[in-house]
Amino acid sequence: MPTQLVSDASPDTFPDNPVGRVIATEYGPSDKVFRGVITGGAMMSLVILALIAGFLLFRGLEIFRDFGFGFITSVRWDAGDGIDKATASFGIGAMLVGSVVTAVIALLIATPFAMGTALFLEFYCPSWLRIFLTSVLDLVAAIPSVIYGVWGYAIFMQYGTSWGRAINEHLGWFPLFHVPSPNFGRSPFIAGMVLALMIVPITTSVARAVYSQAPRDQIDAVYALGGSRWSGIRHIVLPFGRSGLIGGAMLGLGRALGETVAVYLVLNLVFRINFQILASVGGNVASLIANRFGEAGEYELKALMAAGLVLFLVTLLVNFAATAIVGRTRGTES
Amino acid sequence: MITMLTNNTSAVETTPQQASPASEVEQTSAMETRGIHAWFGKNHVLRNVSLQFPSNSVTGLIGPSGCGKSTFLRLLNRMHEFIPTAAMAGEVFLDGQDIYRPGAAAAELRLRVGMVFQKPNPFPSMTIQQNVLAGPTLSKTKVANKKDLVEDCLTRAGLWKEVKDRLDAYGSSLSGGQQQRLCIARALAVRPDVLLMDEPCSALDPGSTLRIEETIHELSESMTIVIVTHNMQQAARVSDYCAFFLSEDGPGHLVEADLTKVIFSNPSDQRTADYVQGRFG
Amino acid sequence: MTTTFVPDKLVKPARPWRRTHRSILAMLGFIAIAGLSSTGIVAVTGLAGPLGWYVGFVFSLAVFGFLGSFFRDRVVAVDLFATVLICTAFMTVLIPWVSIFYSVIKRGAPAFYKGYLTTDMLVTSSGEALNLGGLSHAIVGTLLMLAIAALICIPLGIIAAIYIVEIKGRFAGAVRFLTQAMSGVPSIVAGLFIYSTLVILVFHSFSGIAGACALAILMLPTVTRTAEEVLKLVPDHLRAASYALGASQAQTTFRVVLPSVRSGLITASVLGLARVAGETAPLLLTSGYFIKLTTNVGNGAIGSLPTYIFSTLGAGTQESVTRAWGGACVLLALILILFIGARSLGGRNKGR
Repeated sequence: MPTQLVSDASPDTFPDNPVGRVIATEYGPSDKVFRGVITGGAMMSLVILALIAGFLLFRGLEIFRDFGFGFITSVRWDAGDGIDKATASFGIGAMLVGSVVTAVIALLIATPFAMGTALFLEFYCPSWLRIFLTSVLDLVAAIPSVIYGVWGYAIFMQYGTSWGRAINEHLGWFPLFHVPSPNFGRSPFIAGMVLALMIVPITTSVARAVYSQAPRDQIDAVYALGGSRWSGIRHIVLPFGRSGLIGGAMLGLGRALGETVAVYLVLNLVFRINFQILASVGGNVASLIANRFGEAGEYELKALMAAGLVLFLVTLLVNFAATAIVGRTRGTES
Repeated sequence: MITMLTNNTSAVETTPQQASPASEVEQTSAMETRGIHAWFGKNHVLRNVSLQFPSNSVTGLIGPSGCGKSTFLRLLNRMHEFIPTAAMAGEVFLDGQDIYRPGAAAAELRLRVGMVFQKPNPFPSMTIQQNVLAGPTLSKTKVANKKDLVEDCLTRAGLWKEVKDRLDAYGSSLSGGQQQRLCIARALAVRPDVLLMDEPCSALDPGSTLRIEETIHELSESMTIVIVTHNMQQAARVSDYCAFFLSEDGPGHLVEADLTKVIFSNPSDQRTADYVQGRFG
Repeated sequence: MTTTFVPDKLVKPARPWRRTHRSILAMLGFIAIAGLSSTGIVAVTGLAGPLGWYVGFVFSLAVFGFLGSFFRDRVVAVDLFATVLICTAFMTVLIPWVSIFYSVIKRGAPAFYKGYLTTDMLVTSSGEALNLGGLSHAIVGTLLMLAIAALICIPLGIIAAIYIVEIKGRFAGAVRFLTQAMSGVPSIVAGLFIYSTLVILVFHSFSGIAGACALAILMLPTVTRTAEEVLKLVPDHLRAASYALGASQAQTTFRVVLPSVRSGLITASVLGLARVAGETAPLLLTSGYFIKLTTNVGNGAIGSLPTYIFSTLGAGTQESVTRAWGGACVLLALILILFIGARSLGGRNKGR
């Protein structure tokens, strides 16, 4: 039996406001190697992103030097005679505008449908169906763009063309729906519809993930106050998931901006800034690269690298923003 | 005479037990359940509960956790059915009508039977005033004088003095106890006849708990309150009647229901006596 | 008042909140009336065909739903209207996807004959009759490139996931963020990057390895993210138990954590492969297009399913377009197999 419970040292030797001790884990040599290797490997994504930007800049530098800001704003893309650089002129203004036009059309069409689908999956369909449909959603998200392209080219084109004609017939007075000549195939409208179909799965799955985290106790409170299912969605789920939906839509936007093959197959590439979305005139940076790559000489290739760099930076920016926005909702979950 | 009947078919006890809380005070009952059972999937969680809730009184539902008190409470305003696998049997009468009859509107019922939850859950996107008015807004009920309604509800919930100068602040800026009283005010705004409270103080500190208990006491003069609580002292303080639930490795069931003072001083069942004296649970 | 004693056995669970037969009949009647009205709309307006009928149907549903709301409580009416909208949005989205699967199978079927999967296009031009030539070169090329891409990418992806979950290093957030952002890199940019480095500087020609590297870049984000989610499912008490036995972090990771999620990691990898199996744009710039069956991945162009589809479609004749659909059919089947494989392997580890 101890004779003294309080140790001699306790009352005075320890100050009332002690300095916190730092607990440092000492790793053994094998763990040091392990942590080093893993950390190095994990930096690959950073390294790859930096290398992409670096190499494209390195290859395209000459173009930026020769054309300056005009490379972004000019709409002329002319490889010249392929020998004398002075005969060439490169600008991706029309393609940038075309990228944005098609992607925005896709976004405007896809977002409401993605929102509806996400709500349906989360709040309306029975749970056995939900498990099945979630797998289907993942599967259609993995359908390659070339198949969307083939489908758009061979199946959807006729519908899209006739819809375009119908819209022009009834709403042609509206500047966006005006066309200079009655040619409605391969238009930004059709490309936008195909892109919309491609981005619906992405936006839906992000929105669904966020909606499923909506606070259950608050939805219960809405029901307890005599609210309907829609009241719960309208007052709790949608406000809670707003930034998630925005983030998901922006992820879709990023994908639509950078899409190559599907756009290449269903859009008529013309170097002209065009906001008449039903006309058979459009383009996008990625399909420009695919289109010109095969026959490009050395100088034009550099211009394509420069175009690739611009596309890379634009999509990276959109994706950074989207990831940050989605992350903000994720962060608020308790 | 109003009789309350509980039965147990377990091997231990085969004689149905009778408890008659209202036999001493003749009172009409606002709500009554008859032979209520509840299931989650195949799991039978509540067995044959028949209970009456006398008007303008507080009935406490007590018992160890997992004995089906909360499930029973959620059956009273049809919140039970939001759990996908849930099922039930039996009848719940409000004003002589079964709330589970075919064609009964659950949303309208919930306007008459309000609910306060375990965790304070004011709507974060709404101000204090909007929170109080959420019920009328959601049910698209016209309110003649919003200001009066807000003041009346907040006063009855015992929160008016503290928030009258900042009705436009967000509900989340209040303390936990204040948030819970805001939730009570929100439930009062649709003028329910019955108020269900599912362990309303379990997430609060002792001071806030005391305030809420005072509120419950004042409210019980004009409405019927059913409160689930883990805390026996609280049940003894706030309730007029007590119903003791127990699961005993099977579905939860009602052991005994009576006046609170009887339950705590002279219960007829030994298990009730053991529980209220803290011997288990 | 007394309640009669009812033995438990006689009490049946019921769900009185479920729709009654009458309300289901009423709903079906509502849908049938909308369908009839749509048939009328198709008869008198410019709308035509199944799609026209569908547009009329949705329109009728909305109009009738709106009219019906006058006879109901406003809360119920708004709820009903929202339900109609949300369900139609979902049904509408399904139509094009069903159309894609249907047309790939229907239009691709004529391309198949018994030698389709075993012959290459060396002596056949894409406009020739459909009982000649095939896509063996494309299948072999795609599988080879996927295998190499998996070899490069899977270790990197898992390492990144280990860094985020196990080491929780100072840059874990940054690595996670960059990986996410990387999933948005346009596939053609990855192609351009590999072209400007490996193709120009290393191989001096198109090559299968270059194509595989481009694919590896594109699948890295998927593998990392899925692997991260899988690792997070490992309960902390497993790690704690290992540390308590005096194991180092490396031992804990390799002996305890990774083996317990092996099938989940395989799922992560296979999902990544399914995502890039159909990438076309980067292959056009890195592995090129080739018509002969070859296994030479180090030097020279190599065939692949996406480029096969792309080039035969471009040739434009009826036979070549059918070949493109046939290629799409095979590609979709490959992705489906990868996908189902991943799901059935990962079923045990991944919840909803």
